[in-house]
This record gives sequence, C-alpha cells and structure tokens, in this order.
Amino acid sequence: MNYQNKENIRGAEAVILSLLNENVEHVFGYVGGAIMPVYDALYDYQDVLIHYLTRHEQGAIHAAQSYARVSGKVGVCFATSGPGATNLVTGLADAQLDSTPLVCITGQVDSRMLGTDAFQETDVIGVTMPVTKWSSQVTRAEEIPEAIAKAFYIAQSGRPGPVLIDITKDAQFGLFNFQYKACKRIRSYFPHPKLNIGLLDEALKMIDASQKPFLLIGHGVTISKAEKEVKAFVEKTKIPVASTLLGLSAFPSHHPLYMGMLGMHGNYAPNILTNECDLLIAIGMRFDDRVTGDVERYAKQAKIIHIDIDSAELNKNVFADIAIPADAKEALQYVLPKLKQKHTEDWLNQFAQLRVKEQTLIDAQLYPGKGKVSMGEVIRVVNEQSQTKPIVVTDVGQHQMMSGRYFEFNEGRSFVTSGGLGTMGFGLPASIGAKIASPEKGVVAVLGDGGFQMTIQELGTIFQYKIPVKILILNNNFLGMVRQWQQLFFEKRYSFTEMHNPDFLTIAKGYNIQSNKVFERSKLESAVKEMLASKGPYLLEVDVEMEENVFPMVPAGASVSEILLGNEELN
Amino acid sequence: MELNTKIQEFTLSVFTENTVGMLNRVTIIFTRRKLNIESITASNTELKDIYRYTIVVKTTLDMIKKVTAQLEKQIDIHKALFYTSDQVIYNEIALYKMPMTSDRNYDVEAIVRQNHARILSVTSEYMVIEKTGLKEETQALYDLLKMHGLLEFARSGRVAVTRPMRKLNSFLDEMEAKTNYDTDYN
Repeated sequence: MNYQNKENIRGAEAVILSLLNENVEHVFGYVGGAIMPVYDALYDYQDVLIHYLTRHEQGAIHAAQSYARVSGKVGVCFATSGPGATNLVTGLADAQLDSTPLVCITGQVDSRMLGTDAFQETDVIGVTMPVTKWSSQVTRAEEIPEAIAKAFYIAQSGRPGPVLIDITKDAQFGLFNFQYKACKRIRSYFPHPKLNIGLLDEALKMIDASQKPFLLIGHGVTISKAEKEVKAFVEKTKIPVASTLLGLSAFPSHHPLYMGMLGMHGNYAPNILTNECDLLIAIGMRFDDRVTGDVERYAKQAKIIHIDIDSAELNKNVFADIAIPADAKEALQYVLPKLKQKHTEDWLNQFAQLRVKEQTLIDAQLYPGKGKVSMGEVIRVVNEQSQTKPIVVTDVGQHQMMSGRYFEFNEGRSFVTSGGLGTMGFGLPASIGAKIASPEKGVVAVLGDGGFQMTIQELGTIFQYKIPVKILILNNNFLGMVRQWQQLFFEKRYSFTEMHNPDFLTIAKGYNIQSNKVFERSKLESAVKEMLASKGPYLLEVDVEMEENVFPMVPAGASVSEILLGNEELN
Repeated sequence: MELNTKIQEFTLSVFTENTVGMLNRVTIIFTRRKLNIESITASNTELKDIYRYTIVVKTTLDMIKKVTAQLEKQIDIHKALFYTSDQVIYNEIALYKMPMTSDRNYDVEAIVRQNHARILSVTSEYMVIEKTGLKEETQALYDLLKMHGLLEFARSGRVAVTRPMRKLNSFLDEMEAKTNYDTDYN
C-alpha cells in the first residue's frame, strides 16, 4: 500500500498516513474533543495502525515509552487538548530523562481560539517545553507531514527523547494534497558526532597504561545496540564491567567479568572499587547522582574516559580526562581491534573478595528461611521458575531495586524501569507496552502496592485487549522505600507511608483477571509456577515482610566507597 | 580551579532559528539553574534567517560551560558561544526624557555636551536625550540627569560583536563536518 501521496485529504488523515510512512504499527492513546478528527481518520486505518485505548493518558504514554524501550522503535501516543495533554507531562519528563524516543500527538483548540482560554485549551507547548526534546504547534494542514517527519527524526537521532506535536482542530480538518518525505537533516541540529580518531587513540593509550581499569555501562549501550561490542571489549581485555540501573540487561548478568549494578542500591564491590580503580571507562551513561553518591569524592584517584553521544553530558557531573562525543557502538567498533588483553587477575580478585562480604547479605535477602516472605526471595523464585527469561518491567521503589539486583538477564532490552525520574505508577502501563512490542516473550510486571495503585486503572486496558502480562505485587502495606528512609534517617517517624489496601484479588476479579495471593513461603513456588504457566493476564500478590530494607546502600551525601551492608553500620 | 568558581560577567552569543517560542526555549535553560539574566537582546545576523540572542549573565566559568552545552543541545539552536567581557566589543543605548524648564535647560545642555550624548527630540514640554556607551557611562549620565528632574529612563540590553576573527559560517561548517548524517532510522 502506498501511503506516500494522496490528493485532497484532511490534515487528520495526513497524521495517520505520516505515521504509516514512519512504519508505525501501534499507537497508545485516549480520545477527546480536540483530537476527534484524527480518531475519525484512524477508524479507516485501524487494521494497519493498531490503537490501544488506555484508561488514562499517563497510561498511554508509559505504555508507549516501554514499547519504545523494548522494540527500539519510536513510541507513539495520542491525547486530546487541555487535560489530555497535561496528563502526558509525567511521561514526557520520564522519557526525557531516560532518553526514550516518543512522538506524542495532541489535539488543540481551533487556531482562531488560541490564547483565548477556550474550552480545554492549555498552552501545551509552554507546559511541555522543559520536558521535551523538541515540540511544535501546527495550525495548518499543509504543515502536518513535515512536522511529523521532523518529529520522528529528532525523537530517534542522537540521544533519543520525546517530541510533542500539537495540532489545532482546524488544521486537522483542513484539506490539502498530501505528500510525505522523511526528514534526514535539520540545519541547526548535529545529533550524531563523527568519530574523533585522535581522542579514541588517546583513550586506547590510557587503557593500555592502566593497571586497574573499570568499565561502566549505561542505557546508551542499549540505545546504540552495542551489547555485542561491549561483550567483546570485556572479553578481549578482561576488564571488569558494571552497569547502571538503566544499563541492566545490556550485559549478561551471569558473565564472570560482570561485577553487578552501580549506585545507591547497587552491588558492594563495584561501588567500593570505583574509588580504587586507576581508570574508569564510562560508556553511554551520565554519572547520575544515584550512581556517583557524593560527586566530590567520586573516583578522584582515577583517570576517566567518558563516551556519550550527548556532548552536554560530557564534563557535566564528573570531569573526564578524555571526553569523547560518540555513538557507543561506533566508538567500540573502532577500538575493538586495537585492544589488547590486560592482566587484571589481581584486580578481579579484589572484586571477588568484596563480593564474598556482600554474599551473606545476598543470601539473607534471597533465602531468609524464617519470618515472612522477603522481596528478594520472590524475585529469586520467579527467576528460577522462568524457563525462558521474561522481560521484567518494574515500578519504582524497593521492589525495583530488588529486581535490579536479583533478576538475571541474558538478552538486551529485557529490563524496563523508570530510572531518571523515578515515576511511581510507571510499571503497570509499561508492562502493556512491553508485551505489545514483544508478544513472543513473557512479561512480568513487578510492582509495589503503592505504585500499582497509582495507575491501577490500566487493568482495564489489560482486560479489554486481553494482554497476557504477569502482574506481581510485592505487598508490604507500606510505601517501602520512603519508610526505609524514615526508619534510617527520620527516627522511624513513619509519616504517611502506611497503606491500608483494598483486596486486590477482588479488584482483579472485576477485570476478569486470574489472580492469587500468597502468604506463606511454602506456597510461593507453586503460585509463581501457576502464574508463569497461565495463558492470559495474571495477578499474583505476595504478602511480604513489612519492614524489610534494601541494602547495600550508599546513603544520601555519602561517597560510593562508604556503601553500607546493613542498618548496624549506621549511627 | 579558583578561576572556574569565580563569579564573573559573561556575554553569550546564541544563534538560533527564528521559531515561535525560541526565546522560551533559551531562557528555561537559565531558569532551571536559577541563573538571573542581566540582559538579553535579539536581532538578525549576517546570515539569512539566523537570529542572534546576546545574553549577559554573571556566573562561574564552570557553570557557563555547562549552560552553553545545554543551549547548543536544543534542536533549533545552531551554536552557542560564551565570552568574557574582554573578548567582546559591546554597547548599550539609553534614552532619557527631561522636562523643559527655562531655568534648567542650560545645565542639561552642558551635561549632554560633556557626556557626548545627543538630543533626539524636543517639544515644548520635554526633550529626549540619547546616549550610547557602556553601562557605567549611561549610568553616570543617569545620575547627573536625575538631579535635574529626569522624567523617564530606558536602557537597552547589550549588543555585542566578538573580537576573534571567526565568522559564524565557519562554526556552522565545522559542526556539519563533525556530524554523521548517514544513519538510516527506518
């Protein structure tokens, strides 16, 4: 089917045709007054452009984000003007921080009414400007194809991000001769730096001269599809590697040179040894404060090589001795043949020794043996019982950190979480997007009782479209992460973190979602098995220890090497 | 290191497309870092359809580098450059509205002469004086005229050109040369 040209069509149909030209297959959205012409045009294309009606615009955008993260394509969502558009804001901010390519199309009031406080009018461009990579308002039908072409180019080039196109109702109704031309270049935009061979050669020398090199990888590795190159880099040089939260699943977790997760609730050895290495090689990561702890005491002894496609990230949080603006995959492809094996046995041994120190804590989290079920234990069982590794989608909080720590990943794009923004309510709608992007894989949504209830309405979307996601609720009747901080740093004053929850099984029943609740350790394994074996959507609630804490922990303001293994180390 | 954390005055030249909302995109970069803009002016440049914002801020070298990088990251910004005050030639223009009172006109005329200002307009009620110069100079004239019944005062933002002999064109050519346009996203 040719969608490239069509004479005398409305702007609304041009929106749909433009999306088809960009090979969009799925859209998430919510209809409303100012976007109605687009939805009317969609009616004729619903077989080729599959639309999912979520229960809230926030659900639509989180689903689109996760769809983008799992598929590597651009996530697309529709919303109406005013409240529809403002409900997208959290998702836009999330996508901006987590470098997720999105194109959001919002309806807007008639152009003649702009600025008059018309019904459902909001200055959407003004509201979303700080949380979008780019945005544009279209007031004439003729401008639609070019605006959408630019939107797709900007969303996925360079460091990806969210783009918003606001289209007035009269532009959706306007008639014109449609012609589509993909955007390849914008004269003021330089998204993709050519390789700077000089800098990369300097970096090679620095790697060569190092005794205790340490590789840090982030989301950029996944985005540039450089998983294989990173593995080859590590295996050839024998340099140990650790990942940020967003970088998880870009490197196989069982690999002998994989040292674990970085940051506040990451693994013990990689945090401690960040302050002992002599060279940090950071690829596709941005030294977020949750990774660095006190930045004034972060890897001061080490030389730093920082590779990132976004020049504005270089020397922003941490000063780099060699700062290289580059695509991770291209940079790695250049250095790979020139790298030599390094003798890192003693250095790796330091990691191994520290891992032993952490192992006691890990064992206690995974095999508590007595008391109520622990969060880590549930994740261990799901991990063990999954024949093929599922895509893990999480919400935000303690369960998220436990998921990051204890799920094993052997394939890229199999961990989706809200990192930079830490958006509670992300998990459930994100699991929908993950499943639609990758229907052949299992999707497990790990949620806390707090975050689940922030976007609980998306059970309706799961019900309507029979999306077979496995919803795992770790219920401790607390906003656990905040409670943990209250316990550790606010003298156990549990100010508004306790939750009296409804019966989630009854709610699941209302949505015709099969469900089960586990209180006892002895029933956990069979319940997880049943969940994983079920054909349709399934909700499993596990009643977990109420006051479990996530350790290790780098307390706020502390240095990464001051990471704590337990409460008793805190004074 | 001390130099990087010293607060000093910087003049930024930000070259942009002329799109609706551009000023907003530029200023939010400063807003989110709680930087106060001392002055801002917009004008066209020697290149067609490329606009120039001249922005004056007081901050540290460390901060201005980060802000400039974040400005340049904006899709519709071609290039952002920062200069210390000795790297630019700049001026401001100020207008002063003075009452026509027979007993003071002679003094005002003398002040205008001594300060190399000029009279733009005269009516039976008031005259308007124009002075171009550095802020200190227009401020000095303000202080003098204030004593003679100044009615109204307005000062423009800074306009600046740079001392280094490098054209905007060459910056843009360099950015293009450093960019890889081959990626196919579909």
